[in-house]
Amino acid sequence: MAGAGALHVHSAAKHYEDNPATSEAPWLKWTIVGISLLFFALFLLLPLTVVFSEGLKKGWEAYFAALIDDDALSAIQLTLIAAGIAVPLNLVFGVAAAWTIAKYDFRGKQLLTTLIDLPFSVSPVVSGLIYVLMFGAQGWFGPWLQAHDIKIIFAIPGIVLATIFVTFPFVARELIPLMQAQGREEEEAAIVLGANGWQTFWHVTLPNIKWGLIYGVVLCNARAMGEFGAVSVVSGHIRGYTNTMPLHIEILYNEYKMSAAFAVASLLAMLALITLVIKTWVEWNMTRQLSHGAVQDTPEVLSRLNAAVTPRAGVN
Amino acid sequence: MSIAVKNIDKRFGEFVALDNVSLDFPGGELVALLGPSGCGKTTLLRIIAGLESADSGSVLLEGEDASDTHVRERQVGFVFQHYALFRHMTVFDNVAFGLRVKPRSERPSDSVIRRKVHDLLDLVQLDWLADRFPSQLSGGQRQRIALARALAVEPRVLLLDEPFGALDAQVRKELRRWLRRLHDELHITSIFVTHDQEEALEVADRVVLMNKGHVEQIGTPDEVYDSPATPFVYGFLGSVNLFHGRVDGEHVNLAGHAHRHDEPLSNGAEVIAFARPHELDIVLEAPNVEGIAATVVRILNFGGTSRIELEGDTNSGAPAHVEVEVSRVRVRELSLAEGSRVRLVPSQLKVFEQST
Amino acid sequence: MSATRKVRVLPGFNLTLGYTLGYLSLIVLIPLAAIFLKTTTMTLERFWEVVTAPRVLASYRLSFGAALLAAAINTVFGFLLAWSLVRYRFPGKRLVDALVDLPFALPTAVAGIALSAVYSPKGWLGQLLLPLGIKVAYTPLGVLVALIFIGLPFVVRTVQPILEDLETELEEAAASLGAERWITFRTVIFPLVLPALLTGFALAFARAVGEYGSVIFIAGNIPMVSEITPLMIITQLEQYDYAGATAIAVVMLVASFALLFLVNALQAWSTRRIGQNAGGRA
Repeated sequence: MAGAGALHVHSAAKHYEDNPATSEAPWLKWTIVGISLLFFALFLLLPLTVVFSEGLKKGWEAYFAALIDDDALSAIQLTLIAAGIAVPLNLVFGVAAAWTIAKYDFRGKQLLTTLIDLPFSVSPVVSGLIYVLMFGAQGWFGPWLQAHDIKIIFAIPGIVLATIFVTFPFVARELIPLMQAQGREEEEAAIVLGANGWQTFWHVTLPNIKWGLIYGVVLCNARAMGEFGAVSVVSGHIRGYTNTMPLHIEILYNEYKMSAAFAVASLLAMLALITLVIKTWVEWNMTRQLSHGAVQDTPEVLSRLNAAVTPRAGVN
Repeated sequence: MSIAVKNIDKRFGEFVALDNVSLDFPGGELVALLGPSGCGKTTLLRIIAGLESADSGSVLLEGEDASDTHVRERQVGFVFQHYALFRHMTVFDNVAFGLRVKPRSERPSDSVIRRKVHDLLDLVQLDWLADRFPSQLSGGQRQRIALARALAVEPRVLLLDEPFGALDAQVRKELRRWLRRLHDELHITSIFVTHDQEEALEVADRVVLMNKGHVEQIGTPDEVYDSPATPFVYGFLGSVNLFHGRVDGEHVNLAGHAHRHDEPLSNGAEVIAFARPHELDIVLEAPNVEGIAATVVRILNFGGTSRIELEGDTNSGAPAHVEVEVSRVRVRELSLAEGSRVRLVPSQLKVFEQST
Repeated sequence: MSATRKVRVLPGFNLTLGYTLGYLSLIVLIPLAAIFLKTTTMTLERFWEVVTAPRVLASYRLSFGAALLAAAINTVFGFLLAWSLVRYRFPGKRLVDALVDLPFALPTAVAGIALSAVYSPKGWLGQLLLPLGIKVAYTPLGVLVALIFIGLPFVVRTVQPILEDLETELEEAAASLGAERWITFRTVIFPLVLPALLTGFALAFARAVGEYGSVIFIAGNIPMVSEITPLMIITQLEQYDYAGATAIAVVMLVASFALLFLVNALQAWSTRRIGQNAGGRA
């Protein structure tokens, strides 16, 4: 992953269309816009709409029945547990990692940044597999775990671990560019004024990064609740016990309970939409914050910020 | 080639950038559009170039209406404040760009292009940089390359938008002398936009002073400096002292000083009067001495002249801050020191009736 | 004594670096190392046999081929979309801009069932395409559709900021020098956007190669025809062949890391090319 998911503060709108040197003939403009929108509708809008329309196909009653089904409820519960553990852990990690990388110079910093992004480069299925190899019956710790009657794979701890792995970089990678763009002058000023490390962090750093932090957490949460491949490998698909919402959707779908599958899916789709709304809101806030600052500084801060959030490498 | 604009109006939303502006630029001259930021000078330049279209009015190039001609057909050379060099092309390719994008039928051969580009690089004295990329050049070098690139297509006019605005003071001074020499060599009709009065007065054949979308005055540098047409021009060019007063018959009363005038001013009118620092003389305070009461705050010496900062007697209606330039000899004669109470006598005053 | 010793003004370096490294090792590095260690339990012949089994080879062809094609399609249309979002006013623009990130926020399983519903023979689009003889769902074409969905934001979001930051003066300069619009695009705009476009392509490709959730529902998973490589890992696991699963996983990891390297190299190139503020403001 990279550009996608990263916050972007838009530069001041330029008026391309009013400028004879930067505009195209109307027919060309509308052809380009038309093709773009058609592509957008076919590949993004239509699948989104179909989730809700299929979910409600059998009416609201069936919709809610699918949601309060016992298996559905336990899947929702497990999803909340997994995200509830993974997100705070990755939040603490993300803040610590961003602080280290943005505020200090040390050898191997670039390597560390790349390693933090590593989970994005790993196929979700492989992400699940590595924990099976560690904690599975035939894994490194398998015999020891069995002897002590501890279950990690095909149980909740495995699901939590896999979730932590796939959402590992999210908070860190939102914060690193933001903190780098802000530099360290303000923190140094606080230290010079006599603040200690924690005071500096709470009163100086945190207010500066709060928008990025909020979005990082929200995105991390959306991915934690929606992870499918990795969790699928470690869960063992035990109904009512190790099924998260995405796994529950798969089971319903494979049993041709389409409306029920889409009803549960619509919850996750809502979560995605809320995530995007928050992203838009955060970007709006950041843009406003910048444009309220000293006006002549804006372009420089902007370019520093955008230079810092230009995509870094990674895959999923 | 001559340029004329007629009755140009341009608004950006509520903001009036240009309000019925008409100007003539005779062929072969180097004209400065001078004014504070937001006065409309850049907008006017961009309208002449065809980068912006006017809401109404027309642009005439050599008497022909060019208002509907697209920028790429107007044959104008445009130099940008931030150079706008193509950073993925070498200096050579940048200068050659305009020749290479010509339609096949008009495009010169490669050898002609090569010779022409090298001639232009010679002209801007940067031939040795042909293979460099813009990022490897200094700001002054980049701007000279940008100029060479604009000249390559043999434009009918050259338009420069704050061409030295992004450069250091030292480089700026060098480059504007160089631009003047270049213009004397090429005699291509040129308009350049600047907010730096010194730059305009030093380089241009003719200065157009603009303010709030209007043209305030047009003239040679000497004309606009020596006889400013409006209070704005007076205030914008050089340092100046401003006094408020009232017309009383043949005199203008300024903070206790009666100045004789022979201009057609209506009796009793509120006026503002300007005097440059060297147009004020200092006399020591004494009974029956006329003049504007003030106190010396600071004396700064520059070579043979002294700049004296004074605090006016605001009770009598004098301005709080006055600046006077006199010779150091005079300062010694009067044995002026900080705290001296003096009277200021204008040798020359430019009086404008205040429009309320 | 050492003169080069750095003074760190801000406190907490040891704490945060230590925590970062510890957590990183525990969650990511050690488990990833496990996978490479696991392969040492296999003989080279066995490893080769697993990763070159005909069914697995077919899955590489599909996974890499479809990912490549999807990334190429996304590069073209993603560029047009980014161009529209930056350059033009049109109704619904802000909504479209916000929704471009949908594939990133929407759980892959949801995307998977939604895409199969749209493109299945009874689906909204599937039933329109069927009379034309085009079957999308449960064919390799379905895999392609899912991978296009998943990769689009990578291209758009990589290109968009570069387009936004492009100074209009460059195009004005080109126009004042007499360049036709298309020539300006080809010789001035495109070379400056190209590194971002290639990065976006590589990112979309890398993401698509490993994708599982959104593909698995629409692919139909027919052996030798529409099985993707991640699915082959699952298949091995279901047969309790952990070594086999690991062997295929190693192939995928190596491919991913190679792509990661490629993306980093592209970005370094792009920084060299675009980052230098030659023509523009510093």
